[in-house]
Amino acid sequence: MEASCTDRKSFYQVLTRKIRFLIFLVSFSPMVLTTGILFYRFNLSYTEKIQAHISELVQKHTQNIDYFLSEKLKNIRYLSRHLNTTSKTPKDFLKDNLNLLKNEYGDAFTDLGLINQDGIQFAYEGPFNLENADYANAEWFRKSMERPYYISDVFAGLRGRPHFIIAVKVRAKGADCILRSTINFGAFNSLVGNIHIGKTGVAFIINAKGQLQTKTDVSFKKTSILQMVDRQYYQKSKTVFAQKQEDLGHEYLYVTSMLKNIDWVMVFRQDMADAFNELRKTQLISSIIFFIGCIAIVSVVFALPRKIIGLISNADKKNEAMNKQVVESGKLATIGELAAGIAHEINNPVAIMVEEAGWIGDLLEEEDLKEAENLEEFNRALAQINTQGRRCKEITHKLLSFARKTDSTLNDVQVNDAIREIVSFSAQIAKYNNVIIETSLDESVPYIRVSPSELQQVILNLINNAIDAMEKKGGVIRIETWMSREEKKYLMISIEDNGPGIPKDNLDRIFDPFFTTKSVGKGTGLGLSICYGIIQKMGGKIEVHSQVDAGTKFHIGLPFNEDNIEINSIDKDKLTKKIGEKI
Amino acid sequence: MNTTKLLLVDDEKAFLETITKRLEKREFKVLTAYGGNEALDELNNNKNIDVVILDVKMPVMDGIETLIEIKARFPLVEVIMLTGHATVETAIDGMKLGAFDYLMKPCEMDLLIAKVNKAVEKKSLHEEKIMEARIKEITNRRA
Repeated sequence: MEASCTDRKSFYQVLTRKIRFLIFLVSFSPMVLTTGILFYRFNLSYTEKIQAHISELVQKHTQNIDYFLSEKLKNIRYLSRHLNTTSKTPKDFLKDNLNLLKNEYGDAFTDLGLINQDGIQFAYEGPFNLENADYANAEWFRKSMERPYYISDVFAGLRGRPHFIIAVKVRAKGADCILRSTINFGAFNSLVGNIHIGKTGVAFIINAKGQLQTKTDVSFKKTSILQMVDRQYYQKSKTVFAQKQEDLGHEYLYVTSMLKNIDWVMVFRQDMADAFNELRKTQLISSIIFFIGCIAIVSVVFALPRKIIGLISNADKKNEAMNKQVVESGKLATIGELAAGIAHEINNPVAIMVEEAGWIGDLLEEEDLKEAENLEEFNRALAQINTQGRRCKEITHKLLSFARKTDSTLNDVQVNDAIREIVSFSAQIAKYNNVIIETSLDESVPYIRVSPSELQQVILNLINNAIDAMEKKGGVIRIETWMSREEKKYLMISIEDNGPGIPKDNLDRIFDPFFTTKSVGKGTGLGLSICYGIIQKMGGKIEVHSQVDAGTKFHIGLPFNEDNIEINSIDKDKLTKKIGEKI
Repeated sequence: MNTTKLLLVDDEKAFLETITKRLEKREFKVLTAYGGNEALDELNNNKNIDVVILDVKMPVMDGIETLIEIKARFPLVEVIMLTGHATVETAIDGMKLGAFDYLMKPCEMDLLIAKVNKAVEKKSLHEEKIMEARIKEITNRRA
């Protein structure tokens, strides 16, 4: 019993584990896969979309700047062609043309200047006083002399303000000179400064050395940008993406694009968190959902198998109880048949033995034997044989009554009346044993259809057992009846004594045939199994509760029909009416 | 001198022998049969049998069958059923079929004799009535 119990427990554990694993596998893996794939895909496409957007923006602005620069360069080159053919003094030429340019392009050109081979600006037109300024040592001047035209990096120069220069080499009057123009830094700057994306997205331009060419508020690490300046990067794709980690763990997205006319790089920088803000939000939401899903799965994984196992173990328990009952009644039936067979077989030899003893008794009556000295012993022995023969007979008859299958006639029985009758039978023997029988009967109990003699047998048996159990010490037997309406409708009878109780070891076996605690010759051990058989046959139940030194309580439940009650009560009404009439 | 003639029917030889001896000691005339068919033969041969003591449980032809047969062919003979088992039902069945009484094995000799005497009494009363009826019939015829 205990072994099977632990077996079952481990079986339940294995089952729980299996169910858990299965639920986990079946619900978790699709969720992880779907979420993972969707997450990855969405991430990818969203990143692509963002990059495409930024890339387009940066390219467009790069083109704009390129266009701006090449236009300004063309203007200056155009001017330089006219320088040779003009009749005006250089000074006037510059003045006229600067006015023309300003009319055409607004503030784009700040000034114009002509510089001779030695770096002396011999003609100048503009807001600064830079006539005869010496540029011999200026880098832009040297570079301008080496090629037909040159666009300088942004620098402070002699005027002490950031600007850059477009210079074109001209052959005039037999000597090389350079026509140069300063481009309005503000106008140029606004071309780049207009680029704003999100909160942190800004654009700026740097030269090949990584120096800023436009005005910007952002601080950045030169080193992180320098490697992007290499022109080789830009051969095929027009923009380059990079992610850089900078101060305090901030990650930045860099998008760069090379200008065509000059070794400048357009740089767009945005905080990663800002650039992918929407993506992060989506990620956060989906993570929360995923997390909640996980919690739900885990709770299901733990709660559901427990519930299922609970149901299964309940069903098992019920099943076991039912099996026990089936086995019990089967055992009774088999033992009954066996007992009947044995009773038949034993009865005849016993009858013969008793008859033979009787015959000897008869013979002892004869005259000549009456004088025998052992006559008394003979008679005693014969009496003993008779007594034991009768005992055998009693046993076999009880066995047979236990085994027989009577179709005892059913009758409507008022249980309370039956009990009162039995109590009055037992009153004498109870008194002799110092036992008081108390009854507490529910008068509303209905009539039930059973065999009255069988019901009597059961109750009488239980009362007798109780009296026997209390031996001569005496005690109280309480008999109660009531109606129970839990699960099935039962008429309940309880017979309770305050005797010594039944030890736990015996409690399981008291309904077994031949189980008795009475001394040899006093009990057959069949009484309670007969009761059990009768109650089972009635479709009822019999249970025992006992506590050592406190007493024993038998519960008998007999099923009744709700319809019967009404009929009975109507009958009763009729009866009382009739009685009333008679009176 | 007891003139009652009994027929004991039982398949247990030992039982039959002993009880025969005991009854003979009490001056009954006892015939025995070991089965239903044999009992019927005996009844056929000895018309003056008063009471049959019949065991219910016998092979080939059991007590109830024998009883039916006896009552059909020798209606005046009284039958006491002797049951080995406590099935009162069988005994009741037997009494419904015309048996005088029943006894349970093993039985007290005194009880058995008392029942036999009662049966004989009933039988002789019965016979007397028949006799009276016959006499009446004859006297009526004469008249």
